[in-house]
Amino acid sequence: MFNDTICALATAAVESGIGIIRISGPEAVQIASKFIRSKSGKAVDISKSHQVKYGFVYSENDPLDEVLVITMLGPKSYTGEDTVEIDYHGGVLMMKKIIDVALNNGCRLAEPGEFTKRAFLNGRIDLSEAEAVGDLITSENEFALKASINQLRGSVSDNIKRYRAQILEDLAYIEAGLDDPEHIDISGFTGTLSEHITSIKNDLSYMISSADDGKMLKEGIKTVILGKPNAGKSSLLNSLVGTDRAIVTDVAGTTRDTLEEHINLKGVSLTIIDTAGIRDTQDTVEKIGVERALEAANNADLIIYVVDSSIRLDESDYKIIEKIRDRKCIVLLNKTDLIQILDQKELEELTGKKVIPFSAKTSVGIDKLESEIHELFFSNSISFNDQIIITNLRHKNCLINAEGSLNEVLNSINLGLPEDFFTIDLMHAYEELGYILGEEVSEDLINEIFSKFCMGK
Amino acid sequence: MAFVEESYDVVVVGAGHAGCEAALACARLGLETIVFTVSVDSIALMPCNPNIGGSSKGHLVRELDALGGEMGKNIDKTFIQSKMLNKSKGPAVHSLRAQADKQAYTREMRRTLENQEHLTIRQAEVSEVLTIDLGDGLKKVTGVKTTSGAVYKGKSVILCTGVYLNSRCLTGDLIEYTGPNGLRSATHLTDSLIDNNVRMFRFKTGTPARVDKRTLDFSKFEVQKGDVPIIPFSFSSDFDSIQKEQVDCWLVYTNENTHNIIRNNIDRSPMYNGSIEGVGPRYCPSIEDKVMKFPDKDRHQIFIEPEGLYTNEMYLSGMSSSMPEDVQYDMYHSMEGFENVHIVRNAYAIEYDCIDSTQLKSSLEFINIDGLFAAGQFNGSSGYEEAAVQGLMAGINAAMKLLDRPAVILDRSQAYVGVLIDDLVTKENFEPYRMMTSRSEYRLLLRQDNADLRLRKIGHDIGLISDEEYQKTLNKINLINAEIERLKNTFVSNSDSVNDFLIRNNSNALNSGASLADLIKRPELDYELIKEIDINRPSLPYLVREEVGIEIKYEGYIKRQLSQVEGFKRLESKRIPDGIDYNEIKNLRLEARQKLSRIKPENIGMASRISGVSPADISVLLIYIESYKNIKS
Repeated sequence: MFNDTICALATAAVESGIGIIRISGPEAVQIASKFIRSKSGKAVDISKSHQVKYGFVYSENDPLDEVLVITMLGPKSYTGEDTVEIDYHGGVLMMKKIIDVALNNGCRLAEPGEFTKRAFLNGRIDLSEAEAVGDLITSENEFALKASINQLRGSVSDNIKRYRAQILEDLAYIEAGLDDPEHIDISGFTGTLSEHITSIKNDLSYMISSADDGKMLKEGIKTVILGKPNAGKSSLLNSLVGTDRAIVTDVAGTTRDTLEEHINLKGVSLTIIDTAGIRDTQDTVEKIGVERALEAANNADLIIYVVDSSIRLDESDYKIIEKIRDRKCIVLLNKTDLIQILDQKELEELTGKKVIPFSAKTSVGIDKLESEIHELFFSNSISFNDQIIITNLRHKNCLINAEGSLNEVLNSINLGLPEDFFTIDLMHAYEELGYILGEEVSEDLINEIFSKFCMGK
Repeated sequence: MAFVEESYDVVVVGAGHAGCEAALACARLGLETIVFTVSVDSIALMPCNPNIGGSSKGHLVRELDALGGEMGKNIDKTFIQSKMLNKSKGPAVHSLRAQADKQAYTREMRRTLENQEHLTIRQAEVSEVLTIDLGDGLKKVTGVKTTSGAVYKGKSVILCTGVYLNSRCLTGDLIEYTGPNGLRSATHLTDSLIDNNVRMFRFKTGTPARVDKRTLDFSKFEVQKGDVPIIPFSFSSDFDSIQKEQVDCWLVYTNENTHNIIRNNIDRSPMYNGSIEGVGPRYCPSIEDKVMKFPDKDRHQIFIEPEGLYTNEMYLSGMSSSMPEDVQYDMYHSMEGFENVHIVRNAYAIEYDCIDSTQLKSSLEFINIDGLFAAGQFNGSSGYEEAAVQGLMAGINAAMKLLDRPAVILDRSQAYVGVLIDDLVTKENFEPYRMMTSRSEYRLLLRQDNADLRLRKIGHDIGLISDEEYQKTLNKINLINAEIERLKNTFVSNSDSVNDFLIRNNSNALNSGASLADLIKRPELDYELIKEIDINRPSLPYLVREEVGIEIKYEGYIKRQLSQVEGFKRLESKRIPDGIDYNEIKNLRLEARQKLSRIKPENIGMASRISGVSPADISVLLIYIESYKNIKS
């Protein structure tokens, strides 16, 4: 029924020990065979249905992960099509890498709810569940679309909009000239077009290469910095971010609202939320700030608790310690450049968390903090919103497709083909970039032609 | 007093380019047909530009001809200049355009209609479409009534009323309630359609002035010659016998003075002072639109085209306007060579009623009115060629229905005709619709040169193409295939003579053998060029050689488009059952539900092209249809 082969994560991308990546479609076995090999790099026969095979996922010639592979030939599979499921060793990074390999070998990234849709259309799911399937598709699509747009960094979406506008204008110019050759002469435009396309293509290549370290996305691991007023939260944020976005003063309670920063820490994308200091306050504005801080902490993937080592713990600290009990948290013992009143060991016992001595002023301990976060990420101790990774994969996929289409345009230009041969691929690039922004194409081209170019008669 | 005058199989209302094709198709398929016109003298009238074809419109005419329509044959008999546009571009956008002798065109088409068996011509204004109620909001057409009260029964009725419904012409503040050229407008039919729950739109278009040739200074203009040799429109026309002496067209430019006159009087243009209600086409802007919307352009091209061989009237292409007469005079006088110009007919804008074409099926029959078909500008399109192909398809489908045969629906991968009709019936269209090559996704496949290869068989199956004509196409296909085979299997070695030829043509010399087909694919070479090293080349007709060259040279691109078509066909083949209630599908978003309910697409592909219907909606719809099928079975 469907002639393309799709691939996606079949389990949630949370901190599970193992995950399952599913490949479904007529070429599932053929595609998986290309990158599943034995430890020594030999082919593994995965063509038999309902057998478990042991092997390695290879990216080009490098083994990525040790996996178990289960082939289920249609109709005896979840989707009713030939299906290959790959059990890998968990970890979001590995998941991304394996899906990348599958995409490079000819799969298409599954749309939200697509496995279930195929299962239904292939008669694998009962009719009574039709509505539930519809619900699932609608909600997953809505979520994906929202995520896609919301998570995109402002600068990234601005750039993509710019590329699209340029492509559309060039496209419209060519089409206007083809439609009305007597009024609009496009001869000699090829050189300009080639320049435009080369420049956009180079930008896209850069975006693709940086897509993996999360530069495209606004959201990262949601990290909240908690602590009493003047414990040094803002200074910490500043030393992490390297800018002075948070105002750092010695007056307690300066940071009244929450501030967000997105930083990239050795390939891990963090969204750091600086919060108002926690303490009992009568100041209404500050009170709102404190509430927000606690709320932000509730939704955080990671909490960094900053403690002023030069003063005693008080009621507010105990409140925070209560809050972080069952959470992923790193405790920073700040102001180690001053006289120490609090002891690292004492605090470790009290909180049950790792405590890192730190000085925002002298930057002592910042490396340790970074590597601790990094370790937490790679060992997957941090709960992670899998949608973000999927969105990123999708974006990257669109960028790769757009880049491919632009390459085709340059190819056609180099072959000296006439202008009308460029337009098919230009349109594809335009569409692919549009998917990232969640935009429909429909009448864009016609509208652009009429608004920019003065047609005949 | 109403009285039954006569009974027919098919009643065609209007004898413009759509009506003529519709009437001819039905009559030629053996159905008793009557065609109504407000004036027999205006059959196949060309009230605007004096040409047939042009970018993408040339494709339509070729396709119409392949299917068995008349326009291509008629222009081949009456053209006075012919040109292939875009020759420096790819083969997909080559487009034939011919200047017509308007009088001759009209006369020739009228003669064809008058001599067509089973066809009756009647001058009268149709005021009512007669229907009976079938319940459930459905109706069935039974005939028409004229203003004199005469009832003409018809099993099918095809409406091709052009721009005549409640039309009014505007020249400045002068408003005349007529159709084009002062012909009477039809003032009753709109009400009858509204009574039948048809949704109406109001559109606008315009035409430039006609001027006296003797009052122009041609030494100031650039001459525009026709092509030699002349390529015929019709696949049935004989190449040699249509070669003839051609007339010239001319090119002149507006200037800053012209633009100032327009800017200074802009408040006197009905387009700008609000007296026009209708929506005009953006592709064919009036000169005042061009000046106001593109202030950076310091001049605009105006083509001066003869209206025929036996008239001094010249058409000013690019200068349509609704300015008052005195401003028009000032505008023209400001142009070089126009200092003493005399206007024969003023430029004017025209407003008219047309329908929201999403009320139609792909067969051009109304979804809710059985047996009632519609074609041409009445459907909100613009242009003679767009009208003609719709007329042909409406005629064919009205006939197919009466003959109890399946409707003929061309899809977007088969023909521009398919793109045009699909756009009209699925996309909401808020201005007069004009064909453009950019509207076609698969234009590399839908070339004007291969329209016969694509569509002749369909025309033959319908019954509008004779066995003899069809055999000619089959022979052509055989010649093409044999020649392509031969070129793929003929190898040349890296001999001195071959390499000498290659080097002379700036192509890399061969190190080993290569097929002739491989050489044709090189950017700097083509089929005609390599003739020198193709010793055993058979002598073939031009149209075969052209086809062979294109199919080999662009093989890779053509294959890519063919694979895209496969994906497209999969969605097109998923039919949406009649009577589906979109309000029952709760997962559809509200906008999608409303649009789908109104437009009633016939298959999933069409549904996916409706703006406001998202991919997720399509998934939901697919799932619903699947379960709907199971419930019904």
